[in-house]
Amino acid sequence: MTRALLLLRRRLVGSVFVLLIVVIGTFLLLEAAPGDAVDAYIASTGGDAGMIELLRHRWGLDQSALTRLATYLWALLHLDLGQSVTFSRPIRDVILERLPNTLLLMGSATALSFGLGSALGIYAGARPGGFRDRLLSIGSLALYAVPGFWLGLVLIIVFAVDLRWFPIGGIESIASGKTGLDRAADIARHLVLPVSALGFIYLALYLRMMRAGMAEVWRQDFVLAARAKGLSRRRIVLAHVARNALLPLVTMLGLQSAQMLGGSVVIESVFSVPGLGRLAQEAVAARDTPLLLGIILVSAVLVIVINLLVDIAYAFLDPRVGASEAGA
Amino acid sequence: MSEVTISRRSVLAGSALLLASTALPTIGWAQTPKKGGRLVVAADSEPRNLNPAIVASNGVFFISSKIVEPLAEASFDGKDGLDPRLATSWEGAADGLSVTFKLREGVKWHDGKPFTSADVAFSALQIWKPLQNLGRTVFKDLEAVDTPDELTAVFKFARPTPFQLIRNALPALTSVVPKHIYETGKIEENPANNAPIGTGPFKFAEHKSGEYYRLERNGDYWGQDQPYLDEIIYQVLPDRTSAASALEAEEIQLAAFSAVPLADLDRISKVPGLKVITKGYEALTYQLVVEINHRRKELADLKVRQAIAHAIDKDFVVKTVFLGYAATATGPVPKNDPQFYTADVPTYVFDVAKANALLDEAGYSKGDNGKRFSLKLLPAPYFNETKQFGDYLRQALAAIGIDAQLVNNDSAAHIKAVYTDHAFDLAVGPPVFRGDPAISTTILVQSGIPDGVPFSNQGGYKNDELDALIAKASETLDPAARTELYKEFQKKVAADLPLINVAEWSFISVVRDTVGNVANNPRWAVSNWADTYLES
Repeated sequence: MTRALLLLRRRLVGSVFVLLIVVIGTFLLLEAAPGDAVDAYIASTGGDAGMIELLRHRWGLDQSALTRLATYLWALLHLDLGQSVTFSRPIRDVILERLPNTLLLMGSATALSFGLGSALGIYAGARPGGFRDRLLSIGSLALYAVPGFWLGLVLIIVFAVDLRWFPIGGIESIASGKTGLDRAADIARHLVLPVSALGFIYLALYLRMMRAGMAEVWRQDFVLAARAKGLSRRRIVLAHVARNALLPLVTMLGLQSAQMLGGSVVIESVFSVPGLGRLAQEAVAARDTPLLLGIILVSAVLVIVINLLVDIAYAFLDPRVGASEAGA
Repeated sequence: MSEVTISRRSVLAGSALLLASTALPTIGWAQTPKKGGRLVVAADSEPRNLNPAIVASNGVFFISSKIVEPLAEASFDGKDGLDPRLATSWEGAADGLSVTFKLREGVKWHDGKPFTSADVAFSALQIWKPLQNLGRTVFKDLEAVDTPDELTAVFKFARPTPFQLIRNALPALTSVVPKHIYETGKIEENPANNAPIGTGPFKFAEHKSGEYYRLERNGDYWGQDQPYLDEIIYQVLPDRTSAASALEAEEIQLAAFSAVPLADLDRISKVPGLKVITKGYEALTYQLVVEINHRRKELADLKVRQAIAHAIDKDFVVKTVFLGYAATATGPVPKNDPQFYTADVPTYVFDVAKANALLDEAGYSKGDNGKRFSLKLLPAPYFNETKQFGDYLRQALAAIGIDAQLVNNDSAAHIKAVYTDHAFDLAVGPPVFRGDPAISTTILVQSGIPDGVPFSNQGGYKNDELDALIAKASETLDPAARTELYKEFQKKVAADLPLINVAEWSFISVVRDTVGNVANNPRWAVSNWADTYLES
């Protein structure tokens, strides 16, 4: 356990730096984009010079970029994410409202792609080069090549419009008054299509990685030894080959979490899921700098935490890893 | 209205039958409205401020017009094109210095307090005049609102203000909000801006950000037996394709404001139970306009502007970009305006040879590469159609030897580039005609507007004669004389081309045939829906 704690401490120190760079970088990028929050706002309302000046003043946009950045960082130091100009509400509340939906979507999709992907990978890798392997490889590659939004639209047309098995979108039925298990079932029903769309695309990645890993492990001496011992094929595949090929997948899981956040922007729009990705897109369009910074910050923390968890899991799964890190 | 319909039909020769069969049954359905039911409507955006008294825009009205009512609403057959709402009558003084409104009796706010003339006076003086995007112009000379009794409000103007303008501004600019809610604290920060309290047929119930708005029936509404619906839900559907799917899957019953893309209409109109309706937006006409930066030497030359006008095939634009759901434009007032439009203006037929000749005359002959000069072209990103027209215009200009470079921006960047930085040569814009040229049309060509004001003349155009004409019209009280001046205005704009009007369009609704009383006024999507109902 102390090993994990040491790792945690080392990571936290590094993370603060990463976050600072992320915040300043995002701020500068958005500063470089032409037009500010007032420009974005008056695009839908119009208004005269006096009103525009009033808005710039009220939203603090008449101050220099440096002042605004300093103010933001100072507030951040006090764990205050500030006020959104789009929502006229504290950013913390806006993000906390959306975060669970994105986590649910991302978590389920990751579980789907990792679980099903590695299982199919084992199936394919049990006999590399065999018929099943070929079929799965081609199938998964085709899925991987499909753009997320397209898969989402096809799923909608088939399963929501034609068959009407699942709702078109949203996270739950509107003002249904459902509670407890009923509500959970309702949310699950709404999640089936978006989770499939997001999960199936990344499934190929795990499948191919698992399969490739296994193909390599098959050539190792200890597999030969296991065979010589007369172990059943099933046991060799699961306990020896697959287990050794699984480790890189866990690393991938951490790396993919960032990818998954990006992919959910598209899926959230297509399926009208009120999540963080869609919020980020709206924040950019509205040039709502503090809101976007808040979202990026929360996403960055999320990715860092997931990777930390992966590293800890890794340290437990493979005794060779972590020993050196913890010793340093 | 009739002229747009006619031109649409002639353009849509092939699908005219289809249009007629889908648009007609909505009017004159002699059926008693049923009570109850939940109407689910597609919404593509969530306005950050839902107070229509502050933000008079269609995005806000779409939701809040059911909650907060104006003094009068637009009407197909009412006197002066108006139907009374919170005001029952309105009369302008001969000197143009006052307008007297008689207000409706027995109206209650959603919190139970009575609606009185004090609310109207407060809304006018504290909100419409100082804070509202459009009211700041129209009500700039409003000095005081006298309230001799609880049901009379007398607007006093410092300078003569045409009653015709005030009348035309009633539907969009006069949403009344409760004084007792807004009088304490800063109006812009009042929580009621996001949970409006009004007198309308529906009460604001809740907003789940990114999901939906819910409005519920106001049992104390002044309209007899109204409203018929129990609930209206605005489901937020950010993806352009989801409204059509949601309609097909019967998850929503109405998609207004062309939420279903034009390209999908043909298919969706064949789905049983769905209707495509082009009526109900007559007072919300958008104009497709080529904005011109007159600081560019070449574009300051009238001959070049005429050449560009001749190079644009307006019929092709209507047919191809708008798939027939639009009309060609002749000038700065749309053909469907019942008061001001005149067809008696200089016109520019599509004639590439003539355009080339004009450019040669102007002294811009073709170079070795076949090009005369290059231009930067910025299409506004707000509508698919403005972007597509940008693509078309680039090709049309290439045919007359003008090399246009397309610059595509998002909304914020476009607004800044065109209206603040003037970093454009040509831009494609969609200004809105709001029933009177003085509200948001003359500003497109008038000089002396500060930098940064969107949807205004930022092209550096200055024409003293036109400026004088606009000034004169703004203080002419006699409606007939004022209308004449605006006809003169249309002629001058069409002749001198400070900008080029290409087409006029409005929106399309797709609706389940179980929804009754749809599109029965010229601002239907942004009116109160008190009489809308659902058949079982």
